[in-house]
Formats: sequence, structure tokens, C-alpha cells
Amino acid sequence: MDLEKTARNIRINIIKQIYAAGSGHPGGALSAADILTLLYFEVMNIPSFTDENRDRFVMSKGHASALLYATLAQRGAIDLSLLPTFRKLGSPLQGHPDMNKVTGVDMTAGSLGLGVSAAAGMALAAKLGSHNYRVYTLLGDGELQEGSVWETFMAASHYKLDNFTVIIDNNNLQIDGEVDKVMSVYPLREKLVAFGFDAVEADGHDFSSLRKAFAVASNLNGKPCAIIAKTIKGKGVSFMENNADWHGKAPDKEQAALAVKELGGEL
Amino acid sequence: MMIATREAFSQAIVELGRKNEKIVVFNADLAHATKTYEFQKNFPDRHFNVGIAEMNMTGMAAGMAACGYIPFVSTFAAFGTGRNYDMIRNAVCYPNLNVKFALTHAGLTVGEDGATHQMLEDIALMNALPNMKIIAPADAVEAKQAIYAAAEINSPVYIRLGRAKTPVIYNDSYEFKFGKADVLVDGEDVTLAACGIMVAKALQAREVLKEKGINAAVLNFSTIKPIDKKAVLDFAKKTQAFVTIEEHSLKGGLGSIIASVTAENYPCAVKMVGASDTFGESGKPEELLEKYGLGINDIVSKALEAVNMKK
Repeated sequence: MDLEKTARNIRINIIKQIYAAGSGHPGGALSAADILTLLYFEVMNIPSFTDENRDRFVMSKGHASALLYATLAQRGAIDLSLLPTFRKLGSPLQGHPDMNKVTGVDMTAGSLGLGVSAAAGMALAAKLGSHNYRVYTLLGDGELQEGSVWETFMAASHYKLDNFTVIIDNNNLQIDGEVDKVMSVYPLREKLVAFGFDAVEADGHDFSSLRKAFAVASNLNGKPCAIIAKTIKGKGVSFMENNADWHGKAPDKEQAALAVKELGGEL
Repeated sequence: MMIATREAFSQAIVELGRKNEKIVVFNADLAHATKTYEFQKNFPDRHFNVGIAEMNMTGMAAGMAACGYIPFVSTFAAFGTGRNYDMIRNAVCYPNLNVKFALTHAGLTVGEDGATHQMLEDIALMNALPNMKIIAPADAVEAKQAIYAAAEINSPVYIRLGRAKTPVIYNDSYEFKFGKADVLVDGEDVTLAACGIMVAKALQAREVLKEKGINAAVLNFSTIKPIDKKAVLDFAKKTQAFVTIEEHSLKGGLGSIIASVTAENYPCAVKMVGASDTFGESGKPEELLEKYGLGINDIVSKALEAVNMKK
């Protein structure tokens, strides 16, 4: 499996979807593309997307929906031809993921803080039913400002959900600017450790670094795991990188063509 | 006999837990007040006290429902529907997940705790949510059956329960039918349409009206969403006048719901008994009902007004 190539295809399809829709959130989708690539093509156990015992993934930062759809399409859960319908009237590919419209979307999300809480509920369900599946969820770093997220962290640790892995897409940018300027969530690792997590930092664009972090997560030691993935918002498209302006804006035709070209594809 | 509807919930949920191992209960540090501690005693593995954290409680319940469990979320109605609204909307109702909200301490009859804990807007909030169903049982007998019925419905359900001991109006032969109003007493002159603990008051008001020569029908609209349109329209045609009676705000409660059915389909006189754009305050349950316009005399005078409007 060529993970690099897969991640590149996913990034191309993120840009194509958002360009076709004329709206969407490229920055935070591109930043987590490598994380989702590794999850869906190496880490997670998904015999089929309807298997009760499959590992679950919840996109808590639901605005990165284009990333989730591009990944599911790459993984065969969604027909690639559906991607151009993203965010359009009648499409199953809603602006924020809807579990009832797309097989493969494990939880509806969009209101920040919601997905992580539901994901913890799924991990609790696995424990109660003595199932072996694991639950992964991806949060934005800005999302950590939602108070209910910390309610969930408290509970995950209290219920010893060692089948639960939180990945924080730590690109340090949210809509209104830098996370530490808007409302600092730092120090992250220390906070998560204090909440009872195994907390590890990783380079969110380096598969071997992420792989090591997921190995820590797979450890059934009675503690949930948090992976603080250092990422670059807009990763892969030079003019989108580290620029909060690309949080929730679609590229025009010229920009989309340039972005896709930089990623090695064609619009 | 006086029994609180929260007491009935406590018994019913244990029964359910015995029959169905998919039933789980979530609580936010109110296991004693909401009486889920009985479930906790019987099924410690299936009772989750998440601490004072209503939002995460609801999100986790949604996650469990997505994995095939039937979670009953329990706290006070004020926090369970108010603070929690976004989670109910986006984590439960939008994905139509099978989470039940058995919320106690609804309405003024919370009593001494005062306005922060006396929820009067919950029906309005929950009625506005697609996929949500609402049941406000009239007494302990109906509350028990409503809990059983809610477990059989594959969608979110809000069961509105009270703190105070209130009269039992049904005997054990009563059969709750989800979505159907119960005609307690038939009548021709005016329809007293009540829900929750106000049904017992409506029955008492009927006796007073009878002495004044008015023959009132009394209907229990325990299912508030979906409202029993047929019952509303049958009695609109029959009596031409309604008094709606609820321990809830007049804005967006049973009265608003019934009035919108009559206004659209069969305009007739509708007078409303409920809390009038106000918060409550500390006091004894009965004192509060009197002060805030929810006494038997208030029902009687509104009924007389409704009858006069017909002429």
C-alpha cells in the first residue's frame, strides 16, 4: 500500500469536492489527510462498514467532511462519482457528515464537541458488550475550547476506556486566527495527562511517527489515549498552508487548478 | 392515593432492565432525586453516573444508541432539555438515535428549589425538534406505561415527569396508547384538554363546572408530540370550545399545539391555563399552582370564558 500516494489522492479529492461545491473547509481537511489515510488503510479493522465489530471513526471536527468523504471513497465505501455532489441539494454528502445518508459515516457530527462524546459512548458500548472494536475520533484543536469536550475526557478516563483514541489535529489555527491567541488550549499534553490519558505527540504528516503513536493507543492499560498530532493547516497546497483564511473558503477555478497541480493531479 | 411520577419511572425502568439487557441508564449526579438508583442497585453495570455533565451524558448516550443500546437519560427537566439542547438536537434528534429522556422535576411543583429548577419551557423546546416524541403522563400508572411504551418506539422520546406526589387517577386496568388522547369524561359544553399533573385538576374543575350547569369533557393529552389531531378536531366539533391546561409556559406548550390544530382546521374558542411568560419562585407546590394561575378556580373561570366566547 502506497500511503503517500493514497494521501495525495485524498487531498486532490478534497480540493475537487470543495471547488465543485463552491464552499467547504479545505484547511482543516488537508491538515488531517495523513492521519485519516493511516487510520483507514492501516490502523483500523473494518471487515465491512456494516460489521458490528468493526472499529469506528467519528469525525468530531465535522467541518472536515470533505476529508472523510474522500477517504471513504478511496476505501470503497462511497462511489467516487458521488464526490462532485458534495454539499449540493439532494446529495448524501452533507456539509457536515450525516450517518443516515452515508454508510461508512459512523456518527453524525458538526456541532463541535458532539462527536467526541458520542465516540466515547461507542467505546463504552464496546466495553459493556465485551466487543473488541476500538473507537477513534478526530478533534480540532480549537474544538477543545468547547467545555463539553472536557466532560468527555473526564468520563473516558473514569470508565477506563482504553479502546478509545482521541486524535487532536493540532494545526494551531481556527477560524478567527491562532488558537493560542483566540483562546489558548495549551499546554495540551499536560492537560490530557492530568485528565487521565496516555498522551503522546506525533508529527501528523509523518506515517512512522503516527504509527508509533497508534501503537501506544493500542495498549490496553485501562487508560484512553490522546494523540496530539502536530499538523499544518492546508498541508500540501503551498498557498493554503498555515493560513487561517482557508479554514472555510473554496478556491476559485485558478486556485483549485493550481492546488491540484501541486498535489500531482489535474482538475 | 398520591404517588410521584418519578417514582413510577424508578419502578418501570427496573422492570424494563430485567426484560431487556439493551436498556442502559445515564444519570448526572441525580440518581437519588430522579430515582434511578433502584436501577443502579439492580444493574450496576448498566447504570452510568457521568457526574454533573449533562452534555456529555447525552452525547455518550447517542454513541451507545448508535451501537444498539437503548439509553434512558435522566436528570432534571430544566438541565436535561435546557442546557442540553444542542446535544439533543444534533447528537440525538438529527441522526434519529434511540435515546429516551426520562426527565423529572418538570414544572412549578418542584417547589422550594425555585425558578432555576422549575422547568416551564421544555415542551416548547422538545416539540420544535424533528424526530422527537413527547409524553407527559398524568399520573404514576400512566407514567409506568409511558416508560414501557417509549422503550418500544425506535426514536428519541421525552417523558416529562414530576417531583411532587400527585393524585393517581387511573386504576391498573388503564391502557396507555401512544399518540392517543384519553377521553376521561365525555361532555358537550366545553373540552378540558390537560396533560401531566393538571389532568387531576381538570377532573376536579369539571365537578365545579357541573354545579354551574356546564357539562365539560375531560381529555388527557399525555402524548403531546405527535398530538392526537383527531381527538382535538372531534371535540372541537362537538363542544366548540377548549380550555388547555398545563404546568408549562403558555408559549409553545400544549395550549399552543392544540390552538394551532384548531386554527388551521376548525377554528373555535380556545382559552389557556398555564404559566404566563414568567419564571416560578420558591414555595410549596400547591401554593405555586394557585399563585401562577394553575388552580381549579382558574380552570373554571377559563372554561366559563370559553363557553361565553361561543355565543
